[in-house]
Amino acid sequence: MSIFSLAITVLIGVLFFVLFFHLSNFLLDYIRVKASKNFAFENSIRVIIFIAPAFIVLFVFIIYPVFETIRLSFYDKVGENFVGLFNYNWAINDPDFKRSIINNLGWLIVVPTLSTFFGLVIANLADRIWWGSIAKSIIFMPMAISFVGAGVIWKFMYDYRGPGDQQIGLLNAIAVALGFEPQAWLTIPIWNNLFLMAIMIWIQTGLALVIFSAALRSIPNETLDAARIDGASELKIFWSIIIPYLEQTILVIWTIITILVLKVFDIIYAMTNGQWQTEVLANLMYDWMFRGGGDSGRGSVLAFCILIGVIPILAWNLYRHKQEQKV
Amino acid sequence: MKKLTFTKVFSQLLLLLFVIAWIVPTFGLFISSLRDKDVLAISGWWTSFTTTEVNEIYRTKGKEDQIKEGDYYFIKSNLFDEKQGKEIYRFGVTSKNIDEYEVGETALFKDKTEITVFENGDYIWKSKEEFKKKKGKRIFVSAKSPPSFTLDNYKEVLLKEGLGQAFLNTFAVALPATLIPLIICSYFAYALTWMKFYGRDLLLATIIASLVVPLQMCLIPVLTIYNDFGALFGVSAKSYPGIWMAHTGFGLASTTFLLWNFLKTLPSEMIEAARVDGATHYDTFKKIVVPLSIPSFASIFILQFLWVWNDLLVGLVFLDKHPSEIILTAKLKELLGSRGENWEILTTGAFVSMTVPLFIFFSLQRYFIRGLVAGSVKG
Repeated sequence: MSIFSLAITVLIGVLFFVLFFHLSNFLLDYIRVKASKNFAFENSIRVIIFIAPAFIVLFVFIIYPVFETIRLSFYDKVGENFVGLFNYNWAINDPDFKRSIINNLGWLIVVPTLSTFFGLVIANLADRIWWGSIAKSIIFMPMAISFVGAGVIWKFMYDYRGPGDQQIGLLNAIAVALGFEPQAWLTIPIWNNLFLMAIMIWIQTGLALVIFSAALRSIPNETLDAARIDGASELKIFWSIIIPYLEQTILVIWTIITILVLKVFDIIYAMTNGQWQTEVLANLMYDWMFRGGGDSGRGSVLAFCILIGVIPILAWNLYRHKQEQKV
Repeated sequence: MKKLTFTKVFSQLLLLLFVIAWIVPTFGLFISSLRDKDVLAISGWWTSFTTTEVNEIYRTKGKEDQIKEGDYYFIKSNLFDEKQGKEIYRFGVTSKNIDEYEVGETALFKDKTEITVFENGDYIWKSKEEFKKKKGKRIFVSAKSPPSFTLDNYKEVLLKEGLGQAFLNTFAVALPATLIPLIICSYFAYALTWMKFYGRDLLLATIIASLVVPLQMCLIPVLTIYNDFGALFGVSAKSYPGIWMAHTGFGLASTTFLLWNFLKTLPSEMIEAARVDGATHYDTFKKIVVPLSIPSFASIFILQFLWVWNDLLVGLVFLDKHPSEIILTAKLKELLGSRGENWEILTTGAFVSMTVPLFIFFSLQRYFIRGLVAGSVKG
């Protein structure tokens, strides 16, 4: 499509919603002036105008699909015949599924831990150094890049040439300079998962960093100064004051990254597509969505497994929300 | 003047190490996208800053270019097709002895013709008899190649590989997919904060639950709805409005939640005063809430825009892979498969896809960070 027709499409799409709210509210105001002052009626119509579009979208794209996916997980590949636990049974015995569960667990342990750790360390370092804000900007930058873009960046880092050739991937160039054999990093089972996780850590450290930076500023300076006067070392201050102070923040960052990691798809899909034992649930699910014309039963089981992973976080969020509402 | 303690020096060094480790991958990609594709394939990007020595083979022009001056026939030209800034320091005329002559010296071919090659690639080939061959002779040169960068890869990728179109397509997806949820959710969040209606708390709890629901839980049923809808009305199931609404749906919970979080902090006296004065909810929304919310709109706009721009999964499922619909990330993934060894295309393509996010990042970093800190939880 030409730039012109794209622009027109975009404009119509956005204007549609602007006009909907504008016209419906305008109409309601018009009726109000004409008709008698029935406030209750007017208010309920107004509420409907305000929430209906969002609610319809929420229902069609989130609420209904969640229950439909759970239903489909008990049905066959076209979603027509009830097959009981067949799909679940298949999953338990499928080697790819087992591999995905193991890999996802690995991702869940390594990525949130290291991202949070690096973020915390860097936030602390940058806070006390005059060029710290530039450093923070640079480390935060990967947050703006797509996973696929990051995939290309790192695939280039991991590039492999035969032992005799000039290495053009930095990692192999370093390996060769140190006297090791060059490696095709992404094809070494088990270890290649770590090389894929490195990409996610590279991206998510920035998130942890900015949130920690904001939280660090809320630690009262008096507390830190008092500790310093008492002769506490910086390391001691870090462990005994800063860490306990940031407990809540650490938990929040941990959950954000955990949710993200559970659905990690782009990196795997772009870099290895699950080959060499790097399969994860989200990639396997995408695969089954389209493999052999698509299998909604198996795809749904896999999606449901990802949901199970976030349920503890979901429950905890709701609990916290309840607590806040009481106050 | 503060004392330079060991801890201070150590933390500076440690931070520097982190910064280098974080910037080098992106920097390498950027430098590579500016390098000549032939050089890129055989040498690491870190070598591109220094003068390198290269051995190359060129061919002289053939008989068409000869001129007659006096008793001799000459072919005068330059070995390089285009200016590359290379400096020749030795050359040869046989493959056995590729650096036989100093630059400026005259070499003798087997057929008794003479050639002189100069530093900048100019050569004079002299013969007593007329040149008869169409094809020229091979010249081996040893040259010093200074650092050189080019925008050729960008031209190639944007025009020939179809990334230019994908770039426009991504805009056509991202702008409405950011604006529509912002419009819908600002009304929704207003209602959740300031309007009283039955089921409000339940709706709020649903939003909070939806925040963490993985996208994968919704893909299959939504795709089915789209397919049925397409079949019913005889239109394609994959379309721009389709993906806008999909992104609106998947971004609705987080957009609403962030806005609700912000609206809560507005003084309720102000809203109530306006209501008492007879303003409708619509007036209050338009004249008080929206102007006050501009900074938080900016944060949310950036978050959602970047999310949509960088998304791959939704684009793969809800858009076709035709050139008229494919988005940047999907295109890049396609190139990774089909042009996996053409690093000049991949590095440049990746950088093109990063331009808009990086521009937003560097110009609006403040709003971006504010949005993230306000609670970045994405479903």
